[in-house]
Amino acid sequence: MKPLTPVLPSTRIALGISFFVLFVALWSAVTFSGWVSPIFLADPLKMVKSGYTLLTEMGFLKDIGMTVWRVVGGFLIAAAIALPLGVMMGAYKPIEAFFEPFVSFARYLPASAFIPLLILWAGIGEAQKLAVIFIGSFFQLVLMIAVVVGNTRRDLVEAAYTLGASDASLVKRVLIPGAAPEIAEILRMVLGWAWTYVIVAELIGASSGIGHMITDSQALLATDQIIFGIIVIGLIGLASDLFFKWTNRRLFPWAQLGK
Amino acid sequence: MNILSVRGVSRSFESAGRAPTVALQATDLEVSENDFITILGPSGCGKSTLLRIVAGLDTQTSGEVLLDGKRIAGPGSDRGMVFQSYTLFPWLTVLDNVCFGLRERNLPRAEQLDIANAFIGKVGLRGFEQHFPKQLSGGMQQRTALARALANNPRMLLMDEPFGALDHQTRELMQELLLGIWEGERKTVLFVTHDIDEAVFMASRVVVMSARPGRIKLDRTVSLPHPRHYSMKTTPVFSELKAELTEQVRAEVIASQQLQAAS
Ligand SMILES: Nc1ncnc2c1ncn2[C@@H]1O[C@H](COP(=O)(O)OP(=O)(O)OP(=O)(O)O)[C@@H](O)[C@H]1O
Ligand SMILES: [Mg+2]
Repeated sequence: MKPLTPVLPSTRIALGISFFVLFVALWSAVTFSGWVSPIFLADPLKMVKSGYTLLTEMGFLKDIGMTVWRVVGGFLIAAAIALPLGVMMGAYKPIEAFFEPFVSFARYLPASAFIPLLILWAGIGEAQKLAVIFIGSFFQLVLMIAVVVGNTRRDLVEAAYTLGASDASLVKRVLIPGAAPEIAEILRMVLGWAWTYVIVAELIGASSGIGHMITDSQALLATDQIIFGIIVIGLIGLASDLFFKWTNRRLFPWAQLGK
Repeated sequence: MNILSVRGVSRSFESAGRAPTVALQATDLEVSENDFITILGPSGCGKSTLLRIVAGLDTQTSGEVLLDGKRIAGPGSDRGMVFQSYTLFPWLTVLDNVCFGLRERNLPRAEQLDIANAFIGKVGLRGFEQHFPKQLSGGMQQRTALARALANNPRMLLMDEPFGALDHQTRELMQELLLGIWEGERKTVLFVTHDIDEAVFMASRVVVMSARPGRIKLDRTVSLPHPRHYSMKTTPVFSELKAELTEQVRAEVIASQQLQAAS
């Protein structure tokens, strides 16, 4: 192995899959051998079976749909406001000076700690779930986008000015396109965090969703269902991550060059 | 009629806790239409500072800079600049980089493409229109930057060691290319360089700046005929001028090193 030397795509996929295989093998070993009691950890086979029942008979698909809807909804609202605000903060220093201290402070407020308060304000309906995700992702997005936009190479800015760019078109034609791939990366990362918030919100007060199913299963000591729920979250997360990466590569081919 | 007048321009940089650094002291320079002026001087004598002030990217502490009789207030498309560092927009192809300034002026796309393609041809990059900057060599990137600046049809071209990062052979080819374009377009050029050969070969006038704080201490007209060919670098006229400039620049480099040692 040499530092930073890339591997073949086929090798990369094989290596990635082999860890999953190893993981499941270890899991099977400790459960099938009876080393860990089924009360604490169900074996993979049982998990798959009850997962199938969940999907076909207990309407788990609807739960999944609800959770996805909440994450995407809350995240889109957060991104729709965070994008313009973050870009303006990165580009115009007085705007940054106005918002930055508060946003930095708000960023450290734990979204999950807001849940009791939000239940008080918005009940346990959808508004509360969206609000948790919004609080959890909005401030992070704003701050990270502002930093990326503010870090635009100064020599590119100067080059644009000597080519006759106005201030408005500097923002539109240099700051935004230059920062776009990194902004897309930020969106991908923060979407991952939004997933953890939604589950917490559903664990505490909800009548549907993956988190809700998990709390229900806990009452029945159904570790197989809990694990299935967790794995579904992981798989959806992985799928959305791959989709984001693929889209980013498509949208910004230039950012891949020389990497 | 002078296109550019630099009158008593100085620039000092404030620094916390120390006396301000005087980068440039009361500098005068008159540039007439179609001049190709190369600027030589020791490192840190204020060459980039002077060029940046003319470009409008920096503001003088005192004095004034007039372009066509009007005071310069900020950067504009009438003064194209080519930087030493590679400043192509990485997200745009060669073609769109060259179109950048044209699009800024809201020209119809067809017209943009006509102009851009003409300049891409002039700098010898036909066939690379759809490449991104990272897919080009350093020399090709600087040629694109040159095309991008020229496409805007600026009154003046400001170049700050544009070939500084290139190898010797590429550099000589770039010199001939730029000179060829200048002979054709007759632009007015201010060109900073460390290379005395380059300074003499390209210039209609060479100026030498003194050690920091910089000012212009020598101003020579280069009377080599046009079109120039690299074989002229061995003529007596060239060698004599080169010898004189080498002597002058050397004295300033030594002075600036003594200055550094003293501080
Ligand atoms: N932004 C700045 N802040 C403080 N000092 C500066 C700044 N820019 C330049 N200087 C100082 O001004 C002096 C002249 O700098 P300048 O870049 O113009 O030199 P130069 O002649 O272009 O040198 P080189 O040949 O190495 O490029 C230097 O001593 C430098 O330290
Ligand atoms: Mg310099």
